[in-house]
Amino acid sequence: MILDPSADDRLDRAFMALADPVRRGIIARLSRGPATVNELAEPFAITKQAVSKHIQVLESAGLVTRTRDAQRRPVHLDAATLEALTAWIDRYRLIHEQQFRALDALLAQDPGHDAAASVALDVPIEHRGDTPSAGQQTGPITKETGQ
Amino acid sequence: MTNPVTITAPEGLPFIDIEREFDVPVAAVFNAHRDPELVKQWLGPNGYEMTIERWDFVPQGGYRYLHTQPGGEEAYAFNGTFHSVRENEFAIQTFEYEGFPDVVAIESLRFEDLGGGRTRLSIHSTYPSLEARDGMIQSNMELGVREGYERLEGLLAA
Repeated sequence: MILDPSADDRLDRAFMALADPVRRGIIARLSRGPATVNELAEPFAITKQAVSKHIQVLESAGLVTRTRDAQRRPVHLDAATLEALTAWIDRYRLIHEQQFRALDALLAQDPGHDAAASVALDVPIEHRGDTPSAGQQTGPITKETGQ
Repeated sequence: MTNPVTITAPEGLPFIDIEREFDVPVAAVFNAHRDPELVKQWLGPNGYEMTIERWDFVPQGGYRYLHTQPGGEEAYAFNGTFHSVRENEFAIQTFEYEGFPDVVAIESLRFEDLGGGRTRLSIHSTYPSLEARDGMIQSNMELGVREGYERLEGLLAA
């Protein structure tokens, strides 16, 4: 079970798309069956244009599709993408994605901080900046690629 | 754009491999793991407060921390020992979620200097069994889901 980066991007888009309450509402409505833009706009106090924009976001995230039915162009839920979001490995990945992005942000804040800087911080918990060498044993080896 | 995370969970083996690159030097990534003041700024799910009771990122050191939802009563506690720590290079730690006591994973973290101010972090986790791997991750999920996720599941179940 390997998630390639393009799958990561797709999931990211899906989760970003679902971060908005209107779009979650649209997904909820579509889970009961296809609907037109007009029908989808009804429960929301926003313009049809705004609803169309939300649908475009959902569409580019692969969560919904629009058929070529010229009259109605109903919007359908893409169940496969939603199912993918419920796989534990993807959720696990998202947790790490989120953590690593937080780490990115932290490191970007202070790109110059290094081992010396940490000692200068007022840290209530005892920890030492120096880490004695654990010797030359290699320990468990993580399989690595590209090394 | 952000760097992708690669996660591999092999079929039939209780391992998980995580790989991620960072656009900063290895010392910065290592330090963000060593310094508890930095650790609590990134480790753990959004929207949870992290309280570190102990964080000695040294050989034969150890840690314990809690994730608490603001205003929530429930705290999720995690602990472990740091078995090996080699600066800017390598660490082995154990990991125990106290909601599942005695199910302990062993994680090796490799910090790799890629040159040009870039770093690769590779984490290899070994669980006592496949069931433990999946169970621990599931419980981790309870904490880690993004805000919209539970709502999404609610929607899909409706």
